[in-house]
Amino acid sequence: MPDDAALRFHVPEPTARPGDQADFSYLDVPQAGAVRRPAVDVHPAEIRDLADTLIRVMDDNGRAIGPWATPHGDGQHDVEDTVDQLHAGLRAMVKTRSYDDRMQLAQRQGKSSFYMRCRGEEAIAVGQALELGPRDMFFPTYRQQGWLIARNWSLVDMMCQIFSNEMDRLHGRQMPVMYSAREAGFFTISGNLGTQFIQAVGWAMAAAIKGDTCIASGVVGEGTTAEADFHHALTCATTSRAPVILTVVNNQWAITTFQGIAGGASATFASRAIGYGIPALRVDGNDYLAVLAATRWAAQRARSNHGPTLIEWVTYRAGAHSTSDDPSKYRPNDEWKSWPLGDPIDRLKAHLIALGAWSDQQQTALELEIDTEVKVAALEAESHGTLLDGRLASSKSIFDDVFAVMPEHLRQQLHQMKSST
Amino acid sequence: MNVALRSALDVMLERDDDVVVFGEDVGYFGGVFRCTEGLQQKYGSHRVFDTPIAEGGIIGVAVGMGAYGLRPVPEIQFADYVYPGLDQLFSEAARLRYRSGAEFTAPMTVRMPCGGGIHGGQTHSQSPEALFTHVCGLKTVMPSTPYDAKGLLIAAIEDNDPVIFLEPKRLYNGPFDGHPDRPVVPWSSHPLGEVPEGYYRIPLGQASVRREGQDVTVLAYGTMVYVAEAAAAETGIDAEIIDLRTLLPLDTETIETSVRKTGRCVIVHEATRTSGFGAELMATVQELCFSSLEAPIERVTGWDTPYPHAQEWDYFPGPARVGAALRRVMEL
Repeated sequence: MPDDAALRFHVPEPTARPGDQADFSYLDVPQAGAVRRPAVDVHPAEIRDLADTLIRVMDDNGRAIGPWATPHGDGQHDVEDTVDQLHAGLRAMVKTRSYDDRMQLAQRQGKSSFYMRCRGEEAIAVGQALELGPRDMFFPTYRQQGWLIARNWSLVDMMCQIFSNEMDRLHGRQMPVMYSAREAGFFTISGNLGTQFIQAVGWAMAAAIKGDTCIASGVVGEGTTAEADFHHALTCATTSRAPVILTVVNNQWAITTFQGIAGGASATFASRAIGYGIPALRVDGNDYLAVLAATRWAAQRARSNHGPTLIEWVTYRAGAHSTSDDPSKYRPNDEWKSWPLGDPIDRLKAHLIALGAWSDQQQTALELEIDTEVKVAALEAESHGTLLDGRLASSKSIFDDVFAVMPEHLRQQLHQMKSST
Repeated sequence: MNVALRSALDVMLERDDDVVVFGEDVGYFGGVFRCTEGLQQKYGSHRVFDTPIAEGGIIGVAVGMGAYGLRPVPEIQFADYVYPGLDQLFSEAARLRYRSGAEFTAPMTVRMPCGGGIHGGQTHSQSPEALFTHVCGLKTVMPSTPYDAKGLLIAAIEDNDPVIFLEPKRLYNGPFDGHPDRPVVPWSSHPLGEVPEGYYRIPLGQASVRREGQDVTVLAYGTMVYVAEAAAAETGIDAEIIDLRTLLPLDTETIETSVRKTGRCVIVHEATRTSGFGAELMATVQELCFSSLEAPIERVTGWDTPYPHAQEWDYFPGPARVGAALRRVMEL
């Protein structure tokens, strides 16, 4: 090799841009049931291969196959119990999608300033919400609203936050979708990316320090794995064996940049865990049963003091990043249709039908029922105000909660604001 | 002062099971400035422990712990190292209560040594207090005596908001008046070094008048309190020296009362000048006391350069510079 060869600068490019044929050939999709399920106390070094494969439970016919298919990984199957749980999951995913569509429409109508849907990714938040315990704490990103919906949090309460209206518990301080719901185990959403990941570790460390029994689950997108907080989280979690589940939602797109810009073309995001000595699972995030199974495995590991797990949920952001984004400018418009892992709602529905526990008619009825429920909730939330009618959270509250007790200089500024308006 | 700080941590670890102390070299060894010496042995490694070298991680876990219900007291080894943790401090700890409608809070006391005079160069000498006072949701404290250090640290740990606790490292072993050639008198043989056993607190937000005077008010904090005392003694000017102790919330009442009495004001700090906390103090004095002022307010600060290593006494705003400012305001 000549010493004087010119160096070449590399900028990764996605496999397809607008006008191109969608190309997901980079994603290797193994058969459902093909990946082994190790014991939860396995040494991380023994399962490094699980960071490079894809745990899948449902096959193309909706059947649950393989070692991750039974609730406890022990081959024992309590069908009645499982079917009820799966109906709850399906309902929550359908409701999440209906809620998203309604709030997207409300934003287009000028009732709120901003919205973010999670279309195509519903299984990830919903599965974790229904699998983890009521005292566990979830440290979400802005695309995990399915958790709140799965835990039957009030849709009206969520919508009032979207509308920043008089009933918004956050007093209009936060952009729409930045919920906070401590009672639902849902940590306040930051808006700065990745900060919650290390906080989840801190919360879990605190639980361990106090000898508590609850665990934490933190989420970042694949783009945010580039932030220092991601690496702080893995370092601190492995050092303290924190009882935490750390998950990366790899939905292929970080606003306009594909996952290769975060280094995803060089190695899987799950494999980031290997150097930290943390077990990694790479999971089909559109397979609701796989989400449940992986969450359960990681939760059992955390609860039995074996420490953290990193899970990469492989999924696809079917919609725009937000209402301020237009994906047709940077990726093929129909890319979602070619996504090899399908749609999480369709797949769980197919599984329930294969079990003989669901039908197309029931699905149609469910969707109708939920659309009505969401519409009724929206009408109630809108009755408390939207951007259109200007009945927003009171401006008097902007000085509250900066500190536990309002200090004198803020008191003076509040007075100045009042006397100038 | 490090003994007083250790005593405060000891008291709070004893009184409150939710207090945890951690940071780089803080656990087994007891901290590079020995502020946590013996605490791990006494309270166990689940209460006092070493962390990875990751200031963003240290503050980040403190936010999570605070949200859980603990009262974390993380140490940043030098204030100069805090910058990787600023996102967690500024965007998270400071705003958790606000953005969640008080559902989640992040009580924590972030201790960090600041200031120069130990040949620390530009990475072990900084005084970044103005960064913290600029962020809404943080309280900022800098003690100047062992007695205050203990009482303020206890109050900070008990406070329900995040507190930045800056410790002038040049004061750990004894007072320092800005004359590096003179021997340091250890706190053990200094009248201000006496620290009671057990629990007591000094409320945040209260300044202390360290020297009563009639001619000019000097606003100072940390090491500069002693420098101001030396300057007053060397010039013979009857200065009223106010130790602010807490920068935010600021005790404007004590400041206003003093400046209205003296009609003159000199502000001193070790940090760089431009956009330093002195600018805030200057604006505050002007707003509150304009009609009483007999001379322009003076600022004596570190220069707007990095803290140099070999030339640190050229940088340090010592008694000669403070004394010159006192004389200037007295000439008018």
